Amino acid sequence: MTTTEKAVGNVANFVDERLGAARWVKKSLNKVFPDHWSFMFGEVCMYSFVILLLSGTFLTFWFDPSQRDVVYEGVYEPLKGLTMSAAYASTLDISFEVRGGLLMRQIHHWSANIFMAAIVAHLLRVFFTGAFRKPREFNWILGILLLTLGLVEGLLGYSLPDDLLSGTGMRITSAIIQAVPVVGTYITFFLFGGGFPGVGFIPRIFTLHILIIPGIFLAVITIHVMLVWYQKHTQFPGVGRTENNVVGHPILPVYMAKAGGFFFVVFGITAFLAAVASINPIWLYGPYTPGQISAGSQPDWYMGWLDGLVRMAPPLETHAFGHTISWNILIPTLIVPGIIFTGMAFYPFIESWITGDKREHHLLDRPRNVPNRTALGVMSITFVMISLINGGNDIIATNFDLSINQIMWFSRIGIFILPPLAFIITKRLCLSLQRADRELLLHGAESGRLLRLPHGEFVEVHTPISPEKAFLLQSHEQLTPLEIEDVDARGVRRPGALKNKIQRRLSKAHAVSVPKVTEQELKEIESH
Amino acid sequence: MKRLSRYRRHKAAGPLLLIFALLGIGTTFSVASATVKESQNVFSRSASIEEGKQIFLKGCSSCHGLNAEGGSVAPSLIGTGAASVDFQVGTGRMPMADMSTQAMRKAPVYNEEEVAALAVYVASLAPGPAIPEESALNYERDGNSAQGGELFRNNCAMCHNFAGQGGALSQGKYAPTLMGVEPKHIYEAMVTGPQSMPVFSDKTITPAEKLSVIKWIKAAEAEPNLGGATMGRIGPVTEGLVAWILGLGLLIGIAVWLTMRAR
Repeated sequence: MTTTEKAVGNVANFVDERLGAARWVKKSLNKVFPDHWSFMFGEVCMYSFVILLLSGTFLTFWFDPSQRDVVYEGVYEPLKGLTMSAAYASTLDISFEVRGGLLMRQIHHWSANIFMAAIVAHLLRVFFTGAFRKPREFNWILGILLLTLGLVEGLLGYSLPDDLLSGTGMRITSAIIQAVPVVGTYITFFLFGGGFPGVGFIPRIFTLHILIIPGIFLAVITIHVMLVWYQKHTQFPGVGRTENNVVGHPILPVYMAKAGGFFFVVFGITAFLAAVASINPIWLYGPYTPGQISAGSQPDWYMGWLDGLVRMAPPLETHAFGHTISWNILIPTLIVPGIIFTGMAFYPFIESWITGDKREHHLLDRPRNVPNRTALGVMSITFVMISLINGGNDIIATNFDLSINQIMWFSRIGIFILPPLAFIITKRLCLSLQRADRELLLHGAESGRLLRLPHGEFVEVHTPISPEKAFLLQSHEQLTPLEIEDVDARGVRRPGALKNKIQRRLSKAHAVSVPKVTEQELKEIESH
Repeated sequence: MKRLSRYRRHKAAGPLLLIFALLGIGTTFSVASATVKESQNVFSRSASIEEGKQIFLKGCSSCHGLNAEGGSVAPSLIGTGAASVDFQVGTGRMPMADMSTQAMRKAPVYNEEEVAALAVYVASLAPGPAIPEESALNYERDGNSAQGGELFRNNCAMCHNFAGQGGALSQGKYAPTLMGVEPKHIYEAMVTGPQSMPVFSDKTITPAEKLSVIKWIKAAEAEPNLGGATMGRIGPVTEGLVAWILGLGLLIGIAVWLTMRAR
């Protein structure tokens, strides 16, 4: 043993004797993580968050979160001499006078966009593979919480520079809050410190944006990741992979090296985008004044679908007891998202109620093997995509020579017709894919080799598939509908007739699938 | 060639081919579209009412009427003034290529002298806004770009977008981009209010202020792309697309590569 090794050993021993950390470290270092590209989305989110923290901290050194009026005397000629808020003036200074400031601002903003995109991709992966099932329901809810926090945090960050686009976003935010029946008006007065735009909003959202929400983020992300650690990562089915093991790389050295390297890749790509592509050129928008607005004012993409829903809402209002209820704002910005987010959060419990499946699941589903869930997911994506397209309706109209009215009517009608259509099509596609799997298993893969038999018939030679693939194709469980009787064993009607009926219907729809290949069928095939 | 064909079944061959194909189509298109140059016949004429009338009778009267009194498909031109003619014909909007929602900017059909003759003819029918003098258009000297920006955001940005890139109006109409438009034409558009645009009279925006607006537009046009590729200066829609396609796309590509060998 060299002296260095001895010294390190002594230190380690010192710590271990007092904290008992050795066992935990040993156990943790032997943790195994499965490998699949789609498992990396969560890491992209985490790394983007780190980038956001670092670049955001840099920006706070120069940003002045105040709505006090200043006269701009900086280097950007087209705005010289204009009265603007200190927040906007300091953002201009960050962009033009702080060394590396513009790059940092663009890193921060691109990173936010990638962060939200990665969260959505991660969510879709977890949803379509059924990774949210028992015992991971809580972590799914935490994920939905993180998504919601991300939306709010992004909106606040978009609003901080106090440029014309920010202010437009804030104007809409204030309108949304005002649309809350009865208390809305009071809440906006409280938040904005008076009538719009008020004087208190920028300092307040600054505290929220840089302290409170990131704090909650950090706490929730920690619990989220610790739960993954504690509950272990899910894995795709395959030879040797069961509900009771995890097949993959131990954390040291392979996984650590890959994950650590991936952080720098994420940082590199974000910095690359920030270096070559402009994002939110606030100096072009000009300072915010409530009297001004730009054509094609859009929120960042993750809020775009909400904007699209507002844009397609017909002008509905009711007046009652001296209050105005603006349904055109209330429905698209509060009621519909409320239903969507609550539904998403409770989906694991809803599905388990429908299927009656209360077991633990550590092996993932292939999306085709649970057609109903996959179809539901595609239906939701379709809904959001139509809203998102309508959110950019003016940009689409000018760039593709279309009429904005036609796009709006397409969205208004499409939002009701296309999602159910997507559901049906996806479900049929899943069943077709199941059928193809069944064919593959029973008859092998098409080799592309044609044979002419002595009597003149042409046949294509099928080659048997590899045992690994065959295992994968029959590893899933056959979905079965719940059997719920209306009457119990003694012939008495069970309570909750309607509930039973709904559960039975849903369970039947959920269990629609192609029969799995049985052992007997396989044997028959082998025998000839 | 043989060395190249060895890689034809490589995993990256498909995506790479796709990229090359897209690049190829793009390059071909840009080369092909660049070769179409506007051809102008240059022969000089002195601008006179009579000549203008002759051109008008040949090129405009079928819609605007023999005495410019208007018809079922086109408005009367009496009182629209020389500025209006100079803008509509000088930017190629008139004569219209088709009776679609809006006359679009294109290569002008008439040369400068012909436009001038037409303008003199229309101006002779009834008084209207005149073409601004060259000396009254010195926006570099007489304009203030900060004030112009403020006026632009107050009066123009809601249709023409914050950077003058244009925007959508109802029923397929649009506010065109202001990039690459001659100062004279911008001025005339403000004075005459072509198509969906309102008239900004000298009482609403004084001539000096108009020059400020022009100065700001020209400054925005000439401004280098300070933050990198602008992606059209049309706001978060393209930014979101880039974040998803380029940002997340690259990350997925690398994630696939990172996890490839292990399996």
